[in-house]
Amino acid sequence: MFKNLTIGQHYPVESPVHSLDPRVKIIMTFAFIISLFLIESFVTYLYVIAFLAVAIISSKVPFKFVLRGLRPIFFIILITFIINILMTPGNVIIFELGFIKITDAGLRQAGFMALRLTLLIMGTSLLTLTTSPILLTDGIENLLNPFKKIGVPAHELAMMMTIALRFIPTLMEETEKIMKAQKSRGADFESGNVINRAKNLIPLLVPLFISAFRRADELAMAMEARCYRGGENRTRMRQLKMEMGDYVAIFIFVIYFAMIIVSKIW
Amino acid sequence: MEDNIIKIENVKFKYGKEDNKYAVDGVSLNIKKGQFTAIIGHNGSGKSTLAKLINSILLPTEGKIFVKGMDTSDDSKLWDIRQTAGMVFQNPDNQLVATIVEEDIAFGPENQGVEPSEIRKRVDAALNTVGMYEYRRRPPHLLSGGQKQRIAIAGILALNSDCIILDEPTAMLDPSGRVEVMETLKKLNKIGKTIVLITHYMDEAVQADRVVVMDKGNIRLDGTPKEVFSNLDAIKKFGLDVPQVTELAQVLIKEGVDLPSDIIYVKELVDLLCQ
Amino acid sequence: MSIIAENIKYVYSEGTPFVTVALDNVNMTVEKGDFLGIIGHTGSGKSTLIQLFNGLEMPAEGKIIVDGVSVGEDKKKLKNIRQTVGLVFQYPEYQLFEETVAKDVAFGPLNLNLSQDEINSRVKEALELVGFDYNKIKDLSPFDLSGGQKRRVAIAGVLAMKPDYLILDEPTAGLDPAGRNELFSQIKKLHGKGNFTVVLVSHSMEDIAKLVNKVIVLYKGKIHMKGTPKEIYSQSEELKRIGLGVPQIAEIVLELNKRGFNIKNDIINVEEATAEILKEIRRRKNV
Repeated sequence: MFKNLTIGQHYPVESPVHSLDPRVKIIMTFAFIISLFLIESFVTYLYVIAFLAVAIISSKVPFKFVLRGLRPIFFIILITFIINILMTPGNVIIFELGFIKITDAGLRQAGFMALRLTLLIMGTSLLTLTTSPILLTDGIENLLNPFKKIGVPAHELAMMMTIALRFIPTLMEETEKIMKAQKSRGADFESGNVINRAKNLIPLLVPLFISAFRRADELAMAMEARCYRGGENRTRMRQLKMEMGDYVAIFIFVIYFAMIIVSKIW
Repeated sequence: MEDNIIKIENVKFKYGKEDNKYAVDGVSLNIKKGQFTAIIGHNGSGKSTLAKLINSILLPTEGKIFVKGMDTSDDSKLWDIRQTAGMVFQNPDNQLVATIVEEDIAFGPENQGVEPSEIRKRVDAALNTVGMYEYRRRPPHLLSGGQKQRIAIAGILALNSDCIILDEPTAMLDPSGRVEVMETLKKLNKIGKTIVLITHYMDEAVQADRVVVMDKGNIRLDGTPKEVFSNLDAIKKFGLDVPQVTELAQVLIKEGVDLPSDIIYVKELVDLLCQ
Repeated sequence: MSIIAENIKYVYSEGTPFVTVALDNVNMTVEKGDFLGIIGHTGSGKSTLIQLFNGLEMPAEGKIIVDGVSVGEDKKKLKNIRQTVGLVFQYPEYQLFEETVAKDVAFGPLNLNLSQDEINSRVKEALELVGFDYNKIKDLSPFDLSGGQKRRVAIAGVLAMKPDYLILDEPTAGLDPAGRNELFSQIKKLHGKGNFTVVLVSHSMEDIAKLVNKVIVLYKGKIHMKGTPKEIYSQSEELKRIGLGVPQIAEIVLELNKRGFNIKNDIINVEEATAEILKEIRRRKNV
C-alpha cells in the first residue's frame, strides 16, 4: 500500500522548468522569497503574480497541485490575516464592535501579509514540484560546497538526505507489516484515549526501532565494503551543467528582480 | 602473477576478547583466480565470518589473509582490498544506498574518485552484464528481491572487482529470484570473475567448481561438488542437505543398480539409467 | 467449522495509476483439521489471501466466512476472528518487543483480557508447544536468542491466543536446513494435536509436500491448481512453467519419463522413487 507513495511532491513531467539546473532553481527560489519582502504596493504584487503564473504555466504542473502546498499552512495564513487586521492601528475606522476595531491600514496590512505568504508557499512548492528529490539533494550539496571550509558538512547532509529518501518507503512498508502482525495478536491501535493510544504504540515502535538500527548497521557495513570513506576525493557520476535554458531563465529572473527594485525606488 | 587470489593462512577469529569460542578456528584456504567456490555450512558454522574477514570488515585474531598478495590487516591497503574483493550481502534492502538504480551502481566508483565519464561507462556495462539496463531509472524499492540482488552485484562490478564474495545472497529470495542470481553469477564466472558464494542451498553449491564445507569454525570437507556430496553421511552430520538425486543414486546402488557413487546432477542420473 | 472464501476479489491502490488486481474470483474452503499448503511465487496473491482470512485486509468483492461469521460485517467481532485465525507473518521474529520471552508471548492473551492465571498457563503451554523448556527460556530477553529461537518464540506468541486455525507465511524463510527440518517437524506435531487446522504458505512444493494433505496453487491472483500433493506433483511441468520450485525428485521422474520410462508421476520422496525405478529397471531387463 505504501509502496507507491511518492515522496515529497515531485510532479514528474517534462517541461522547461523541470529541466533547469537545480542550483539555478534553488537560488531563484530564494531570490524570489527575498523579492516578496521588498514589495510595498499591491500593484507590484500583480506583477509578481503575473511572473509566477508564467512560471507555473511553463512548468506544466496543474494549478491544483501548486495550490495543494497551501493546504497545511492555510490556518497560519488565516491567523496571520486576523492578527494583522486586529492589531494594526490606522486612521480610518471601517468597522467597530466593542474592542474590535478594523482600520483601513489593518485591512491593507493583513491583505499584504496573506498575499505574501501565499505567494511564498506557491513559489517554493514550484521548486519541489519540478525538481526530483535526488536533483534537489545534488543541488543543495553543490551550493553548499564552497562553505565546506567554514565547517558546513555539505556532503554529509546530502548523504543523509539520500539515505532517508531511500529508506522511507522501506520503513513505511515495515511499519505496516509490524502493525498487522501485532493486530493479529489482538493489538488495538485505533481506540482508547491519548495516553492509552501512546502506550499501545510500544509494540509497534520497539520492533521498528530495532529493525531501523539493524538496517543502519548493515547499510554502514555495505557502504564501507563499497569503499565509502566520506566526501573526500569523491566524484559524482551525474555532473550538474548549466545549459542554454538556464541562462535564459536567469536572464528573465534578473529582469523580474530589477523591476521589483525599480518599483521600490520609485 | 600469483595464481591464488585469496590466501587464508591458519586464521582464527573471535568476536569478543573474553569469548572462549572462536567463530573461525584455524582455517587455511587458497582460492584460485577465476574459480567458482561455494562455502556451505549451517548457521553459526563461521562461514559468514570468514567472508567478512576476506573483505577486511573483520581482522583475524590470529593468522593472515592475503587478497591478491595484500595483507588484510595492512591499513594502507584497506581500500585496494575492498576494491579487489567486492562483497554482496544477504538482505537486498539494506545494501542499496541510492534512490535510483543507476545512482546506486555508481556509488562504488564515486567513492573511488573515478572520472564521471568513466563511471557512466562502468555503470552501463554493469547494468548490461546483470541484465538490468532497462531498469536503470527505477527506484530500488519497487524491484523484486532477485532484481535488487542483481543491482547489488552490478554495484560490485562497477568497482572493477576481480573477485566477488557473496554472503548468502539468496537466503531471502523466492525460487525464481534464486535462479536469477545463480545465472548472473555463472555468467560473471565465465567472464573471468572469481566467485566465492556462501550459501546453505545445495542446489546452488553443486553448480560451483569447488565446494568447501564448514562446521564449528573449521573446514571439514573441500573438493569438487562430486567429491564433497558423495559423502552423504558426513554432510548430513553437519546439519546440511544432500541433493535428492545423490541420495536416490546411493539408495539405488545399495539395491544393486550399477551406478557411480558421485552422481550430483539430474541429467547425469537420467542419462545413466536410460543407457 | 471452516474458513470459506467466496468469489474473492482484491484490488491494490485503487484510484491510482498503480492499480493492480491481487486476487480475482478466488473460491476455496479450509476445513477444520486440514493441513493445507498454499503455493505461489511472490506477487501471486498468497500473502494477501491469508490477510483476508483474519480481517487484516478486506476484499473488494466477495466474502470470507470464518466458522459461519462473515469477516468485517461487525467490526467488534474482528478481535474474535483474529483470535480464531492465528496468523504468523513471514520473519515473525521482527515483531518481538518485550523485555522477556514470557512477556512477549503473553502480549496476545493480555489483549484478550484473560485472567493472569490463564495467561501464565497459556504462555507456558505455547512455549512448550514450540519445543522450549519454559523455565529456562521465560526470563531471557528475546533479543539474545538465535534467529531460529526468536522465530519459535514469535510463533508461540500466536499459539498463546489459542487459535483454531494457524496460518504460517513462509515459516522457514532464511533458516538453514537443520533449522528448517526442526521447525517443520514441530508444526507437524502441532497439527497432530487434536482438531487443529494448519495452513502453510510457501513458494516451493519441496518444503511442504511431505507435510500437507491438500494444496492450492495460486498464480496471478487466481487459483491455478487444487488437489492432494500427489495430484499437484503429477503436474510438475506446469509448476515449473509458472516459476515455482519443484523438488529434484519430481524433476528426475519427469526427465526419466520423457526418455521412455514409465514411472508414476506423483512421486514425492526418495523411497517411492527408488521402488518405482527399480521396478522399471527390472521390467526392462526381463523384456
